[in-house]
Amino acid sequence: MEKPKLTFWNLVLWATLMAGFYAVLLRFTRGLGGSTNLSDEFPWGLWVGFKLFAVCLAGGGFTLAAVVEIFNIKRYRPVLRPMILTAFLGYSMFICSLILDLGRPYRVWHPMVMWNDHSVMFEIAWCVMLYTTVLLLEFSPVILERLGWKNALRRVRMVMIPLVIAGVILSTLHQSSLGSLYLIVPGKLYPLWYSPLEPVFFFISALCAGVAMTIFESWHSSKAFGKQLELPLLVGLGRVLAVLLSFYLALRAVDLAHRSVFYLLRLPRAETYLFLLEIALLVTPMLLLFRPRIHNSPTALYFCSVLTLLGFVTNRMNVAITGMQASSGVSYFPRWSEFAITLSLVASAFAIFWCAVKYLPVFPEAQPVTAKTAVPALQQMTPEFSHAD
Amino acid sequence: MSKALLYDATICIGCKQCEAACAEQNKLLYDDSVASEQRQSEHKFTCVLTKGDKFMRRLCMNCQDPACASVCPVGALKKTATGPVTYDADKCMGCRYCMLACPFNVPKYEWNKLAPKVRKCTMCADRVANGKPTACAEICPTGATKFGERDALIAEAQQRIHDNPGNYVNHIYGLNEVGGTSVLLLSSVPFEQFGYSGQMLSEPMPLLTYRALSHVPDVVSLGGVLLGGIWWITNRRADVANAEGKQSSEEE
Repeated sequence: MEKPKLTFWNLVLWATLMAGFYAVLLRFTRGLGGSTNLSDEFPWGLWVGFKLFAVCLAGGGFTLAAVVEIFNIKRYRPVLRPMILTAFLGYSMFICSLILDLGRPYRVWHPMVMWNDHSVMFEIAWCVMLYTTVLLLEFSPVILERLGWKNALRRVRMVMIPLVIAGVILSTLHQSSLGSLYLIVPGKLYPLWYSPLEPVFFFISALCAGVAMTIFESWHSSKAFGKQLELPLLVGLGRVLAVLLSFYLALRAVDLAHRSVFYLLRLPRAETYLFLLEIALLVTPMLLLFRPRIHNSPTALYFCSVLTLLGFVTNRMNVAITGMQASSGVSYFPRWSEFAITLSLVASAFAIFWCAVKYLPVFPEAQPVTAKTAVPALQQMTPEFSHAD
Repeated sequence: MSKALLYDATICIGCKQCEAACAEQNKLLYDDSVASEQRQSEHKFTCVLTKGDKFMRRLCMNCQDPACASVCPVGALKKTATGPVTYDADKCMGCRYCMLACPFNVPKYEWNKLAPKVRKCTMCADRVANGKPTACAEICPTGATKFGERDALIAEAQQRIHDNPGNYVNHIYGLNEVGGTSVLLLSSVPFEQFGYSGQMLSEPMPLLTYRALSHVPDVVSLGGVLLGGIWWITNRRADVANAEGKQSSEEE
């Protein structure tokens, strides 16, 4: 990697973190009113949208843990550790933005002792606590290997299967319950997004985003460290993503049809355009991924994964912000400090991921990318795939 | 028995004494400037909306099965048996889900405080518990806001509409809205004119989330058995392959 590029990104990182740090100071000295554009009319804003998306990204953690450890599809093992790390960082971002968003952050532990099992938020609180612990344990072998603590490593491995099962169940509950949050606002969330199937959409989109994140990270680590997944694995993930996306989109369409709200797409409103943007960002990679020329090229796969991730960012922001706008009677746009905090959380997550890959055996079995290893794999795989298509 | 308030907009003269009594009861500042505010806020729990010679009160509806209480993760908001929906500021962590969930947009927040609370009318829960009427009903000079048993007030409202059909919209707002509320409204003009939605569900809002939440034990038990079972099968295959010495490089 050339030096100037590194310096530039370092500069961006530090500038973002400084702005974020200043915004956090504002948040804790001037309260939510002095640091956000939230109001009585619009009590949940950018940070909630970001939390929804952070957890969506973490979907790769439980998906791959299930694929590798439960379904025993071992060839995806090289992706497992980076995805568990991603999930852990996603949940950490969730917790950080939750602490900033709560009116009284020092009471964040209250749901542990004050129970209301009719509350979706209560379920979410418990899922976050438990699953973050599970993720830390699932990732602990990476640290224990580095430290060479054989005894502890053996103990963690003994409980790994129950941990993975607990992790998959907690994630299923948590991903879908984030969608359930919005079930109680039928009169407030715009009908293009309000659906009784919202929990199901949130769950399936977490699977999609998890797979997209795997492709995304593999490409970036190949740029930064010369480490990436073997091409056949990436190609396989691209095909899985194509099918998952088509199922997700078909379900969204069926849902719109059943609720008879397709007519809303004819209205010239901000909601219509942002809904179409969301759908376009998901339909494009889906269509592209069905083409052999696309799903056999790492760069094209990367491009598709970026589109997919942008599509789900748009979806979460649409649910949290766009869809709640009309009924609120006000027009909410996040203040700079809300953006600064969100971006600095993302920047920190990138920085921590980068450090972890550099200093810990996160990509232990990944192949160094050279023309010699990548190209034969492609040629080897192409006939079989083109036959299948 | 469950207590309720009946507000009859046709009797109201817009004197706003209920606003002043409410402010005093809840230890809030009340002056001419607050009196002129036509909206509920963290420093004004009830307000008398004025449009020409028509009036309409806004206050917490104290729903029979409140969305706010069902969504509160720490149980800070509670429906009491006597009717009021109370708020325990010592439990609240400030997630503001109650504000999002409330179909009437009642809970307000102290946005500019560092230890903010949710603020709303709690139907004078302390007074009601001691057998007294709410402050707003007690002070009302015309009886437009009346305190009593919910069932008796419903019967009375029906009687008023029956006796004087030309005077009222034929609807008791709060009788069936979101499964019923402890504040009942009568009006001579459509409630929508004062921001009361005419499209409220007639079933309690908490059912919407509870239907999803009730599947949690199913996911845990069935998911656990299914995943454990799949692991047992796939791993057994690996064991057999091991035993037969057939484990080849393709597995890895």
